[in-house]
Amino acid sequence: MSPLRIHIEGIGLWSKHLGNYAALQSLLVGDTLEPPLSKPAATTLPPNERRRAPESVLLAVEVAGQAVAMSGRAPASLACVFSSSHGDQAITDYMCATLASAPTELSPIRFHNSVHNAPAGYWTIATGCHEPSTAVCAHRMSFGAGLLEAISQALADQCPVLLVCSDIAGAYPLVEETGCTQSFGCALVLAPAVSGTTLASLDITLAPSGSVETLPEPLAGWRDANASADALLLLALLARGHGRCQVDAAATLGLHIELQQVAMPGLDVHHRNVEHVA
Amino acid sequence: MSDPMTPLAVTAYTATSAIGHGLAAQLDALRHARSGLRPNDFSSAPLQCWIGRVDGVENTRLPAEHAVWECRNNRLAWLGLNQDGFLDRVREARERYGARRIALMLGTSTASIGETETAYRRLDADGGFPDDMLRPAIHAPHSLAAFVTAVLALEGPCLTISTACSSSAKVFASAERMIRLGLVDAAVVGGVDTLCDSVLFGFNALELVSSQPCRPFDAARNGISIGEAAGFALLERVDAAPDAPRLLGYGEASDAHHMSTPHPEGLGAELALRDTLARAGLDALQVDYINLHGTASTKNDEVEAALVSRAFHAHTRSSSTKGFTGHTLGAAGIIEATIALQAIKHGLIPGNLGGSMPDPGCGPQFAWKNEHQRVDVALSNSFGFGGNNACLAFARAGFSA
Repeated sequence: MSPLRIHIEGIGLWSKHLGNYAALQSLLVGDTLEPPLSKPAATTLPPNERRRAPESVLLAVEVAGQAVAMSGRAPASLACVFSSSHGDQAITDYMCATLASAPTELSPIRFHNSVHNAPAGYWTIATGCHEPSTAVCAHRMSFGAGLLEAISQALADQCPVLLVCSDIAGAYPLVEETGCTQSFGCALVLAPAVSGTTLASLDITLAPSGSVETLPEPLAGWRDANASADALLLLALLARGHGRCQVDAAATLGLHIELQQVAMPGLDVHHRNVEHVA
Repeated sequence: MSDPMTPLAVTAYTATSAIGHGLAAQLDALRHARSGLRPNDFSSAPLQCWIGRVDGVENTRLPAEHAVWECRNNRLAWLGLNQDGFLDRVREARERYGARRIALMLGTSTASIGETETAYRRLDADGGFPDDMLRPAIHAPHSLAAFVTAVLALEGPCLTISTACSSSAKVFASAERMIRLGLVDAAVVGGVDTLCDSVLFGFNALELVSSQPCRPFDAARNGISIGEAAGFALLERVDAAPDAPRLLGYGEASDAHHMSTPHPEGLGAELALRDTLARAGLDALQVDYINLHGTASTKNDEVEAALVSRAFHAHTRSSSTKGFTGHTLGAAGIIEATIALQAIKHGLIPGNLGGSMPDPGCGPQFAWKNEHQRVDVALSNSFGFGGNNACLAFARAGFSA
């Protein structure tokens, strides 16, 4: 079958080392890294929600807000797919520890924040979004599987879709199982057709997995340190402005991604982002 | 509003819950108004409540070559997959289409979190997991879909949807989109959730658990009964199985209101319903039966009863079947989809078990006892935390809106 063509209108990125997509672009053209960031600002949330929200929500909302601002679209108009390999590992750790020691003392707020769709819930509430929202995972393939789900929705229903893929860092002992030692989140606004805000166009084909994609350091290390950071393969491709990559979408399935077109040079994306933030 | 979609054939389906293993047991319990709820005997310090526990999960063993996936949730998944000839139907589909052309979309709210809970009860002296619990693939919410894709030998798209209690309704929507785009020719959809301390003590902390068997839509209802279940369905294009019942439509929408309380006017639920009718090309008058979300929480049932009253004609029949199975959370969507399909097949409107004193908000649409009539079109509602709403529409083969 012919490739799935999808268009990117916005890109969000946050890790301790990268505050947004422009920081990745700067790094890849040789600039030095800024000092590590403390926590995502997540300014889309009202201040009281920001204080109450768990870290996984702050991270997801931060990158979602960046990508949607860059696209110029109204957040309430976007269907959304939130992908995460492990959900909120800090809450899982709290819940399992509390259940082992004093189960009847479990916090009701932390319980309702423990659902995998907590970021989708906080995001739709903060933005007044009534469009379909979903929360998905596929372990180490959560970025590729989430991307396929978002593309599928955008093309089948001919609507723009916000994709968020994020995982916070875990703590001992759970981190030994999750392998997420650093936070990483990214977001893309995907559209079924070219528009005035198209940043790049991708042709995507389902392919057997197997080809091992590599990244230069420090990206390779960051990718190993977080399940969601497989997204760096695509983000680095976008920053490079040409070529192809492959991300895993299931145990034996990959997404072969061919970058067809970049609407504007990378630094313009930076400037547009800054304008929106300002 | 969405354009009408091309219906899909539901060529196989199965359900395993507290009311039994497989469709025959489920139908028998529905026909005889027999609840599967029992006093809570789960976990080392059981809360005072009733649960929908599946018999035989403890004695189920995974095939030896898949022993790495051992946990209560996957045992229940395996038990469920072995009912109603479902494994054979998937094997036939795999031979017909090829393993790469079948998607797997499963819903779960907590997957194998019970194993992570166990690991935390048995931490080593250094605070780490015991050696036999060092199993990264089990301490991840994708463990269910990863196990099922391995055991079914599927190689297509494979996704876990985890939107709390709407999870295994939304799998139908994701599967339909992939089939419509031609990415796959068929999809296995479903969901599995098992009893675990996280949900029992979590819902208890939110004061949403009743100390009695749940009473959906009863004026004196005071909370849910938590259950566990496994259900699966196989979706194909209608030309592959013209005599099979159909997935006619679906709808998804967000409340944008509150993390654990539904929108007071049921805004997201109504948007999901309207989207379902639009995709199915249906008028509300054509709906014969609605399997309601009906959890027996004060707020859900109030909001949902009001939606039924304003959206449907008096002849439409509706009921919650949570009084049979308990609230099976991430598996509720698929279990109640199979009940909607059985309502169509057998002309049975299951009575709203547990509701002996109807809430005054309930209109004439409610079936408080079993009723027998032809059902051409049946809907199923599923609503989850985070204001996540889904609705499904099924119809008998040959039905034309």
